[in-house]
Amino acid sequence: MAAKPSLRGRPAHLDRAFGYLALGAALLVLLILGLIAVTMTQRAAPVLSQMGFDFFTTSDWSEADQKFGALSFIWGTIYTAIIAVLFAVPISMGVALFITQVAPARMKKPLIYLIDLLAVVPSVVFGLWGILVLVPHLHKSFLTAGIILAIMITPIITSLAREVIETTPQSDKEAAYALGATKWEMIQAAVIPHSKGGIVGAVMLGLGRAMGETIAAALVIGSVAQVKLSPMSSGDSMPAVIANQWGEAGDMQKSALIGLAVTLFVMTIIVNLVASAIVRRSTARSRGK
Amino acid sequence: MNLSELRPRWTWRRLHSIAMQVAMGIAVVLIAIPLVLVMYSVIVKGGAILFKDFPSFLTDDIPPERVEGAGMGPAVVGTLLVTLGATLIAVPLGVLGAIYLNEYGGTGKLARLVRFMALVMTGVPSIVMGLFVYVIWTMTFGLSGFGGSLALACLMLPVVINTSEQMLKLVPNSLREASYALGASKARTILTVVLPASISGIVSGALLAVARAAGETAPLMFTIGAAHEINKNLFSHENTSLSRQIFSNAQLAFDAAQDRGWGAALTLVLLAFILTLVARLVTALATQRK
Repeated sequence: MAAKPSLRGRPAHLDRAFGYLALGAALLVLLILGLIAVTMTQRAAPVLSQMGFDFFTTSDWSEADQKFGALSFIWGTIYTAIIAVLFAVPISMGVALFITQVAPARMKKPLIYLIDLLAVVPSVVFGLWGILVLVPHLHKSFLTAGIILAIMITPIITSLAREVIETTPQSDKEAAYALGATKWEMIQAAVIPHSKGGIVGAVMLGLGRAMGETIAAALVIGSVAQVKLSPMSSGDSMPAVIANQWGEAGDMQKSALIGLAVTLFVMTIIVNLVASAIVRRSTARSRGK
Repeated sequence: MNLSELRPRWTWRRLHSIAMQVAMGIAVVLIAIPLVLVMYSVIVKGGAILFKDFPSFLTDDIPPERVEGAGMGPAVVGTLLVTLGATLIAVPLGVLGAIYLNEYGGTGKLARLVRFMALVMTGVPSIVMGLFVYVIWTMTFGLSGFGGSLALACLMLPVVINTSEQMLKLVPNSLREASYALGASKARTILTVVLPASISGIVSGALLAVARAAGETAPLMFTIGAAHEINKNLFSHENTSLSRQIFSNAQLAFDAAQDRGWGAALTLVLLAFILTLVARLVTALATQRK
């Protein structure tokens, strides 16, 4: 042993500085979320204060009359997202159960890759396909937008649900089989009760994703500001109207569009908070067992 | 008891179970249909223009909308530059944030809050991020590729934090303790022991985030503007991207423009697939070495 080993590799203040650097990076998350809420609300304030609560309850949207009512866009956002979820949930559940419970082991990996592949395709590509291939058959409507959104959220819901389902204890499954259950009865008795919370959470996350998805909706929803119940009628959604009107918008309209973005931000955060609360409650319960 | 009674019988319960399993199989077919249809259109229509004028499709300027022929060069350059800029911002910050969460914060109150907020942040719609960057950056500094980088970085940050933290968590504590026992400081331990041990997972997670960001459209609409000529300067003048070009070309009624849209779509899909593939290779190589 020649040199006397020093107790510290670097001076202590450098060590501490690195800790603060890491802390700063972590705090950036809080800073960005805070800034989004504050700066965007500020920008939207002129329209929000002029329109008051009418911003959320009326659906006249006209730059010329300086009237900005977002109801039809809020409706379109929720409606298309719900259509998307209605399509996506049964398919996601089927695929997730097929991969985890039915498929032979060597089919599992390729199937998971297939789902991942679908998730990698950029949403604008689905939008391009939607407007140039699907719209000539289906016309622009809530339904068309819902279908495109469903294609986009299915892989997300599937992979989240699959991960939850895979944590079902083997003992639960064997217990069901030992009682003479068929595979489907085993799924009903062991897999579903175990994964219910996680699956509901996954669906909520998919719903949040569908509400915020812009491009595909902007291309195929039809851009008509109306509150209609028929899935075959044209409509508009918040992200779609922001994307479509931004280019030609004047100052007041830009402020209104930012108001839409704030509304969308709040709505998706609520959906995501509910989702994570559901997931947390269910994991706490299954750990408590 | 007769042994044959033990053989499964065709009860309605069994039939029901089989029917449900068939339904699950049908769901797999249903999920594959859109993928096959979309990829078919993208490969056939996109390939027709991309490979007819290869590689000038990737390098030439974008012609006027009615003029036939190749040219997505500005969009290719823009997508690569803007995404690279976003990666250089989001990956170091995200990894540092993850280091804080896993190595310093642990289960403390602040770390739990940041972890939760990062989760909330992953749910923020990409168009909101785009408008946010418009408000805090573009309104003051004008349209440029860098604004797009900022918006994409905001989208990537929580994802990188999350995946990196998962990877750091996998590093066994014995490694950290061995390093401390040799007299290394905390920062040195993290930089020379913990990070190298988890680097493959972090890189692959980051690449997946990059692949997603490269295809984003909405955050770029308000921040980078539109350019028809190649702009290699990330920090000034308007730029464009493949995703933006697909979005605008999809709405044009001219075949020539739509064809270029399909070509751009194929280019973008290939880029995303390649990034994903590299991410998988990194993971595969790393697990093989162990």
